[in-house]
Amino acid sequence: MATTARQKVGWGSANTVAVFLAIVPVLWIVSLSFKDPATVTDSTFWPKKWTWENYRGIFKTSEFTRALINSIGIALISTAIAVVLASMAAYAVARLSFPGKGLLIGMSLLIAMFPAISLVTPLFNIERALGLFDTWPALIIPYVAFGLPLGVYTLSAFFREIPWELEKAAKMDGATPFQAFTRVIAPLAAPGMFTTAILVFIFCWNDFLFAISLTSTTNARTVPAAIGFFTGSSQFTAPTGSICAAAVVITIPIILFVLFFQRRIVAGLTSGAVKG
Amino acid sequence: MSIDTTTQAAATTARPRHGRRRRKELSEGAKAERRLGWLLCAPAVIVMIAVTAYPIGYAVYLSLERYDLRFPDAAKFVGFDNYAAVLSSPYWWHALWITLIITVISVVVELVLSMLLAILMHRTLFGRGTVRTTILIPYGIVTVVAAFSWQYAWTPDTGYLSAMFGNSAPLTHTFQAISIIILADVWKATPFMALLLMAGLALVPEDLQKAAKMDGATAWQRFVRVTLPLMKPAILVALLFRTLDAFRIFDNIFILTAGNNNTGSVSILGYDNLFTALNLGIGSAISILIFICVAIIAFLFIKGFGAAAPGSEAKR
Repeated sequence: MATTARQKVGWGSANTVAVFLAIVPVLWIVSLSFKDPATVTDSTFWPKKWTWENYRGIFKTSEFTRALINSIGIALISTAIAVVLASMAAYAVARLSFPGKGLLIGMSLLIAMFPAISLVTPLFNIERALGLFDTWPALIIPYVAFGLPLGVYTLSAFFREIPWELEKAAKMDGATPFQAFTRVIAPLAAPGMFTTAILVFIFCWNDFLFAISLTSTTNARTVPAAIGFFTGSSQFTAPTGSICAAAVVITIPIILFVLFFQRRIVAGLTSGAVKG
Repeated sequence: MSIDTTTQAAATTARPRHGRRRRKELSEGAKAERRLGWLLCAPAVIVMIAVTAYPIGYAVYLSLERYDLRFPDAAKFVGFDNYAAVLSSPYWWHALWITLIITVISVVVELVLSMLLAILMHRTLFGRGTVRTTILIPYGIVTVVAAFSWQYAWTPDTGYLSAMFGNSAPLTHTFQAISIIILADVWKATPFMALLLMAGLALVPEDLQKAAKMDGATAWQRFVRVTLPLMKPAILVALLFRTLDAFRIFDNIFILTAGNNNTGSVSILGYDNLFTALNLGIGSAISILIFICVAIIAFLFIKGFGAAAPGSEAKR
């Protein structure tokens, strides 16, 4: 294809606009987090005076550090459980023939479309009755349930790509179906499982509704929920700087994930759409 | 988040054939296979049922009771009174109306923008990797964080956008606030939709485009007559899931306006009824009504548009 200079300029500016629109809101919150509390209301895009004060402030209180630990712990545990359960089911869906497969797929789909708010009221009451309210399991349970459909679909798409002759070969050598699964297929499936784990992790990391509804103290409150309820040091100071600093801290891991695993994430998100 | 779940189901087409052949050949193994299949699916199924089906059933029960958390002992069965109370309340209809407006506008804007973005990522001559990586940032970023960024940007005396528009306070006016809620939703969701559409674009054979070009079709004609029809399944799936996602909107509104100035969605209404009014009965009735709305939307998409019914292997 012959490329004219005009085409180059056209695509170049389109690229620039897209990139610009995608990162401006992120840069803005980064900039706010570095603004001196005295200058936070000067409404300039970049800080006139850069300071680490907001970051020092949030790490001084347990309100944020505790929330960060909750966020990391709850997201990692939920992701691990969801990926393990989903890979078992996805293996069955991709590989085995058994009645009820359609039902499983239909159910996963239903849950993927489920309005979370509809579950909040009953879960709130059930978890209070079970004494789970405001504990880690209070959030891990719904995260696993909502991570599962995502996991089952993404993983079954990945599992279909695996060279299954190897499994047959393993069975010929006397492996049981279970051994064939754990020894041969699981290692081959690791990259797909890793991608799925990233997607489920992002989902858990992002959740807000369950996090504010099923927790009430720093005991299990995750960062998104915590910053939703941040208060200033006195009622006359807005917690803008602290909120932005906390927001940047929880955004960094996601941006790093995205930068390192861009290809995998795109493959994971679109694997279904491409093959459909 | 959920969009990718769809078409994968359809991709299972090749499977059953394989399975059937196998069953004929070795029925002993088929039995073991069947058992293993159930065994492997059981934990996932149990968790999903325990965490969704059971609570929804419980919500139906709660919605038929008068149940105020401040007076738990006064709980009693009241039939459909809660539903009558909700459905005759202007708050419900207003919230539903707001939710529908936000849903329709966001999804339409997102569809157009994500199509442009998908074409950009598919066709651009250079910098493809950079664009793809950058647009993943809105997808990955926590919704609450993005919402705060928009909120501060529009706060008078703090925000650069507010300063640009004469230090205005748009979040305190219903119409402007809803526009900003839509803006925040569009910014967050467009990249994800664009990735799905890009995957659909990749399925359009280059030869067809060339042939149409040879026949003298303009770029627009090629897009409408060749690209769009071939992308229909991808578009419908993306639309279905984005519509349901937009209908459930909560995080953005909670941070941007907290539902003040008549900007609350149905999800916000449900939340407020539970945690501010502490009324479990009414809250549950709202939960069930939202659930029914979502079911209706999904049904309309799948039946009405003949969407590649996600999960229905038989159709493919």
